[in-house]
Amino acid sequence: MPTLLARTRLRVPAAAAALALAGAALAGCSSSSTTSSGASSSASASSVALSGTITVFAAASLKKSFTALATTFEKDHPGTTVKFSFAGSDTLAAQIDQGAPADVFASANQSTMETVEKAGNTTGTPTVFVKNTLEIAVQPGNPKGIETLADLTKSGIKVAECAATVPCGSAAVKALAAAKVKLTPVTYETEVTGALTKVELGEVDAALVYHSDIVGADGKVEGVVFSTASDAVNSYPIDVLKGSTNTSLAQAFVSYILSPSSEQFLLKAGFQAP
Amino acid sequence: MIQRAPKKRRPGRRLNQGRAPVALLLPSLLGLAFLVLPVVGLLVRTPWSRLTTDIAATDTWTALRLSLECATAATGFSIFLGVPLAWLLARTDMPGRGVARSLVAVPLVLPPVVGGMALLLVLGRNGILGIYLDRWFGITLPFTTPGVIVAETFVALPFLVISVETALHALDASLEEAAATSGAGRWQIFRWITLPNLLPAIGAGAVLSWARALGEFGATITFAGDFPGTTQTMPLAVYLAFEDDPQSAIVLSLVLLAVSIALLALLRDRLFTRV
Repeated sequence: MPTLLARTRLRVPAAAAALALAGAALAGCSSSSTTSSGASSSASASSVALSGTITVFAAASLKKSFTALATTFEKDHPGTTVKFSFAGSDTLAAQIDQGAPADVFASANQSTMETVEKAGNTTGTPTVFVKNTLEIAVQPGNPKGIETLADLTKSGIKVAECAATVPCGSAAVKALAAAKVKLTPVTYETEVTGALTKVELGEVDAALVYHSDIVGADGKVEGVVFSTASDAVNSYPIDVLKGSTNTSLAQAFVSYILSPSSEQFLLKAGFQAP
Repeated sequence: MIQRAPKKRRPGRRLNQGRAPVALLLPSLLGLAFLVLPVVGLLVRTPWSRLTTDIAATDTWTALRLSLECATAATGFSIFLGVPLAWLLARTDMPGRGVARSLVAVPLVLPPVVGGMALLLVLGRNGILGIYLDRWFGITLPFTTPGVIVAETFVALPFLVISVETALHALDASLEEAAATSGAGRWQIFRWITLPNLLPAIGAGAVLSWARALGEFGATITFAGDFPGTTQTMPLAVYLAFEDDPQSAIVLSLVLLAVSIALLALLRDRLFTRV
């Protein structure tokens, strides 16, 4: 049975049969993999026979945690490979809608996922797996004494903000509007990691990034919490894409991200529970 | 004005006659189609109905003006630095000339993003030299219009140096030698003999540099960031618009294309008549 699945996967006429099998296999997989931890998963992996490669398009802010999670996933399912493309969610969404070969999409906000959903490129209903809150990233020790959003508008303070087209940018716009602060950054970055890097390099004094980015920066930047951050919480949805050529593996990966153990990992990385 | 001597019959003239062999014709037409089709695709997909409103948008003009100004400034700097550098490489026995010549070509092979990153590490506010620029003069280049010009000069300068250096090697040295035996100094020879003869090559190099600077994306967005009006040039505007509103990205591309072709055609007539 498993070999049959693997062999017929690529052939077009057998695609329907393969899909049906994949669906059946998946039902067994998700129930076992979510409850079992790494120790017993080798047994479930062999009964499900996941194999091959998937490409996951994920928001830049997920880079560290998803890379680590995928390593565990590949260990749990020998013979599988999870490839990533990390970028600003809107870049990824545009690429997916242009026919980029992706199996899974994890976006940093719901409206970006909705554009992919509206274009008919998702398979089910995207599920929110974590939330993320904005914070002000500053250099260690906060040399410029930045405590509030209003401090960012002081003269001589250089700020990097995400472009409004990316989720971190639209969240920043909301947070600034709620605080009634009119901010002129020196640059609009196309992904949140770019804004963070510019603080790390000391090229800007502050950037509006996610709490998880600051946790992931391992002390190279410091986070300043601000009051209106709660007005700009981003929800991260994930779903298998219609163009996937390995739906069984894609589904298994999505189930794995939604599992309690992954959630625990993501919470430690600075994300919030959905 | 340039006096036009009666055109000599070029020795290759007779080679232009007769039918082109299929083995050359087929790939050549394929190559032409490959270069032209993407531009045709741009025209086919242009949303003509919203063309006028999009072109009239002030953002378009801000980005276009910035692009033209920065590319022109970068070309100016390339000429100012590139002509002497080409002369140094071609007309002196400076040790390490071979290495220097290879180094000049590095920005050509380096991905522009790498160039932008390197510029940031050297000229950034915390960069190796940038830290002193900031401390002593209060100058910071990243996220400013001069930063864009620096990034564009970095990628455009090699085109000028290579173009001028090649011309220097091809230049008949007997005039310069005659001037030298008549007692002219090196500066006088350069100013009155070499430079006038180099003008067409400088022109051709300038056009290449200008075109390269106008299309610069990677080094600019990495080193100078992206802010409308100060650092958001046309290529950056197109990239950002493509993610948000592909239709407006097409219009922006079309404007850039039209302006570049018009300017290049204009310059071609003036500069290439003698080349």
